[in-house]
Amino acid sequence: MKFLLIEDNKELANAITTRLLLDGHVVDHAMSKTDGLAFAETGEYDLILLDIMLPDGDGREFLGHHRAGHKDTPIIVLTARSQVSDRISVLDLGADDYVTKPFDHAELQARCRAVLRRRAGSSQNIIKLADVEFNPVAGHLSLGGSTIALRNRELRLLELLINSPGHIFSKQKLFDRLFSIDDDVSENAIEVYIGRLRKHLEHSRLTITTLRGLGYRLDEQ
Amino acid sequence: MNSSGIHVSGSLRKRLAVTLIGGVTILTVLLFFVIRNYATQIAQQSQDSILRASVTSILDAATIRNGDVVLDIPYAAFSMLSTTTDDRIFYAIYQDDTVISGYENLDIPEASARAESRFRTITFMQVPVRQVTASRVLVGADLQTHVTATIAQTQDSLSGTLNRISRNAAIFGAGFFSLAVLLSAWVTSTTIGPLTRLADSVARRGPQDLSPVSKPVPSEMVPLVSSLNLLMARLDRSFKQSEDFIAEAAHRVRTPIATVRSHAEMTLQRVDKEENRQALRSMIRAIDETSRAAGQLLDHAMITFRANQLEFHDVDLVQIAQEIVLRLTPITEMKDVELRLDVDPSVKVSGDPILIQNVVRNLIDNALKYSPSESVIEIEVRGTPTPRLEVRDQGPGFLYDEIDTLTDRFTRGRNATGVIGSGLGLTIARDVAAAHGGKLTIGNNLAGGACVTFIF
Repeated sequence: MKFLLIEDNKELANAITTRLLLDGHVVDHAMSKTDGLAFAETGEYDLILLDIMLPDGDGREFLGHHRAGHKDTPIIVLTARSQVSDRISVLDLGADDYVTKPFDHAELQARCRAVLRRRAGSSQNIIKLADVEFNPVAGHLSLGGSTIALRNRELRLLELLINSPGHIFSKQKLFDRLFSIDDDVSENAIEVYIGRLRKHLEHSRLTITTLRGLGYRLDEQ
Repeated sequence: MNSSGIHVSGSLRKRLAVTLIGGVTILTVLLFFVIRNYATQIAQQSQDSILRASVTSILDAATIRNGDVVLDIPYAAFSMLSTTTDDRIFYAIYQDDTVISGYENLDIPEASARAESRFRTITFMQVPVRQVTASRVLVGADLQTHVTATIAQTQDSLSGTLNRISRNAAIFGAGFFSLAVLLSAWVTSTTIGPLTRLADSVARRGPQDLSPVSKPVPSEMVPLVSSLNLLMARLDRSFKQSEDFIAEAAHRVRTPIATVRSHAEMTLQRVDKEENRQALRSMIRAIDETSRAAGQLLDHAMITFRANQLEFHDVDLVQIAQEIVLRLTPITEMKDVELRLDVDPSVKVSGDPILIQNVVRNLIDNALKYSPSESVIEIEVRGTPTPRLEVRDQGPGFLYDEIDTLTDRFTRGRNATGVIGSGLGLTIARDVAAAHGGKLTIGNNLAGGACVTFIF
């Protein structure tokens, strides 16, 4: 997916960008409201992440301009204030959602997913591999004419594996993707979700292989 | 009032009442004696003038015939003295210093001044009498002599009259007294009234209402009220200042924290060694704790500020619950927790929408924090018997011995170990509930898990 990040704090922007890149997204970064508007007008983005405090104006002004230009790119606002009224006015101005700094990357991802699901239809972004069709936005897995609704963690696990078939993921990496830091669970909890995915994929040509000491890999037969 | 450790010295109401009634008593007694005295004087004067007329008529009857003093006492001289109580009359007539008629032992006063008539009150034959004495010089052909007449009359009639007047004066005084007491009671209560009303209006305020007293007060109370208003304004200002400070501090702190967190999270992705990963996790938890505390402090300051000038609007609890559930759904999905909303069609309450929203979000947030994966959080909104919003989770629940202290500031349950929190969430919820005249009840479900109810 292609993100536009409008954030004046270089350090934070770097961190967010790197993290999004790690997840396989493309990110353009604007440092100011003016730059952000220029980027938004020329490029096509799936999602805009907007800081509310910008050097050359309020992020809310960006929202106004952007919506006035009849652009409907979903926008998630990053705010450092936790004042409820602030959040509300942001939503009133046409933001799709907001996260409060500092945010859990997993939460940001979850919100992006929710916004995209609400906004876009579910036809795009369908991943096909072997005899399996996977819609990560809707959370559906289709194989052999039947559709399975996945639980959120199963979905995120499958998304990770299916995007890089043949790649070995360590237990740790998978754990970091599935659980937030606040979750007080052991890394072995991953095995539960691997088990469930295996069950869902039982009748397909996809298998999840355990590589002792290394991790897991999705294989196409 | 003295229950709150205030040193009480007397009561204005009592002091005022005692002063007024004491004054009235003295005035009444004084009035009684003045009237009695005046009446005595008047009565005495009228007795005196009759006595004088009597004496004068006796003296007028005295003549000198053939060198002797002849005195034929006129009948009227005594009849004019008759009273209803048959006062006794004593008389004596002296020629020079010798009694020629009447009671020999009825003395006459020293005729030093030789005034026309002399009055005195003496005791004669064991009774008090009023005596009047007058003299006349009779001049005959070769004789010049002094004739002195004196009449004394008992005072039974006079004292009867005086008693009557005294009784009437006493009745009048009693009436005056009771009227004055009523009047002073009324004066006391109307004087104390504004003070009581001021105390009432200050006492009726919400805990954080710091607006100045705007009701009109008597001019004597202006210094008190204006210093009260000044005090409240100062308090209000310091509230706002600390709120601004907290807001600014939170803002300044959050962005760098966000940077640190993102970096730490990213590093976690790249690090494989278990001990490093543990260290990073603890770091991120600490960061979350910091930012949550900052957020909650800000929320708390904001709530204190808003409760200060509560504006009541019609708020639909159902709508608020729905909005918050929608907003939290991405996070609950992430944790594979289901939010189940069970609501009446519409539950209207009167309150501050932002505060209520904040509380509802806090309660659901709390439930979410303690909910295990793949559990359900039930949110129930009911309009009867009183509007209420209940959040039930399937987490560990509260420890019963802690339930009473959990709403204290910065207090966290022993069950909360390992979960990030500031200990302010329930405090905020309780304060908001109190500001709306409602309450917050905390307990556990029969099947386990916490159950928090926000009742209006």
